[in-house]
Amino acid sequence: MATLDVQVVATDHAVWSGEAKSLTGRTIEGDIGILPGHTPVLALLAEGELVIEPVEGGTVKAHVKGGFFSVDSDKITVVADEADVSE
Amino acid sequence: MGAQIRVYRQKIASTSSMKKIFKAMELIATSRVGKARSRAQAASPYAEAITRAVSAVASQDDVEHVLTEKVANPQRAAVVIMASDRGLAGAYSTNVLKRSESLLARLKQDNIEARPYLYGRKAQAFYDFRNRDYEQVWTGQTDAPSVVRAREIGQTLVDQFVEPYESGGVDEIYLVFTEFKSMVTQEPVVKRLLPLSVVESEEGAGAEPMPLYDFEPSAEEVLDALLPKYIESRIFSAMLEASASELAARQKAMKSAADNADELIRKYTLLRNNARQAEITQELTELIAGADALASS
Repeated sequence: MATLDVQVVATDHAVWSGEAKSLTGRTIEGDIGILPGHTPVLALLAEGELVIEPVEGGTVKAHVKGGFFSVDSDKITVVADEADVSE
Repeated sequence: MGAQIRVYRQKIASTSSMKKIFKAMELIATSRVGKARSRAQAASPYAEAITRAVSAVASQDDVEHVLTEKVANPQRAAVVIMASDRGLAGAYSTNVLKRSESLLARLKQDNIEARPYLYGRKAQAFYDFRNRDYEQVWTGQTDAPSVVRAREIGQTLVDQFVEPYESGGVDEIYLVFTEFKSMVTQEPVVKRLLPLSVVESEEGAGAEPMPLYDFEPSAEEVLDALLPKYIESRIFSAMLEASASELAARQKAMKSAADNADELIRKYTLLRNNARQAEITQELTELIAGADALASS
């Protein structure tokens, strides 16, 4: 099964990166869920939780504030002004 | 007679205490340069991601936005000059100021009015001494730049850029800073931030074409939000590079100062020994001459 290559970066450091099954985030127009094979999207993030399901299982939650994320052939880059990871 | 020796002794003492200061400054710079470099590295994923996104949006021609439009005849440019706050870094500030002077000369030739924005006390001193005007100055943390400061500078510049020329806005934004190539080479460079020179084609022609993104909520809004961040991140990485360069330049300058101090101490020690030997010889000659005079009388 295809997986997502996720990279989460904040202004001055990389926050999290790895393979994931899915990702859910909050854009300024509402929540969005990304699964492998999603069409390319560039969306602005609102303040809220970002939930990542890594391939290894479990979930990674991060609180992000401001920024955007891009999806492009199963490669997701989340660029946040601020981001805190809580496993 | 002892005067000569005393002078040399004083010189040796003062040179060795200066040497201690140089050594200490060198060590401080060495420890900080590592930190500055790792900060620059830590910020680079963000800068890369945002550059990629901005190029992707801007390369889609159907998007019309202030920030992607080209002004046919630029008439006014903002120039941000990044020097250091403190000296004792060799030719670091001089080099970057020299580079900025040549840019200003070029702009003048093209009939573009330049507005200098200064960063670092050395740049300010350079302008103040020559009684030249500048738009704004930021000082105080060139060796440890903060995101907040980058945001402040970015905001100022974007505001200026969005303003039309007639009401006092600028058409172009240039950044003059020192690029950190390695511990031994730092090079002053000029980068144009805006208008965007779209697609950083560093990956070469072989790179994949930009994907056709869907924008949420709309391309305009995405650009509106993205561009200030992009400018901010470019400025922040320039600030980090400049701080690493400054510290590396300082380390190099202090190393050669300490080496020169060593050299001087060696020279003075030799002279001191010479003077002491001369004094002894003189005394001996006098003694022998005196004894001879007594014996012959």
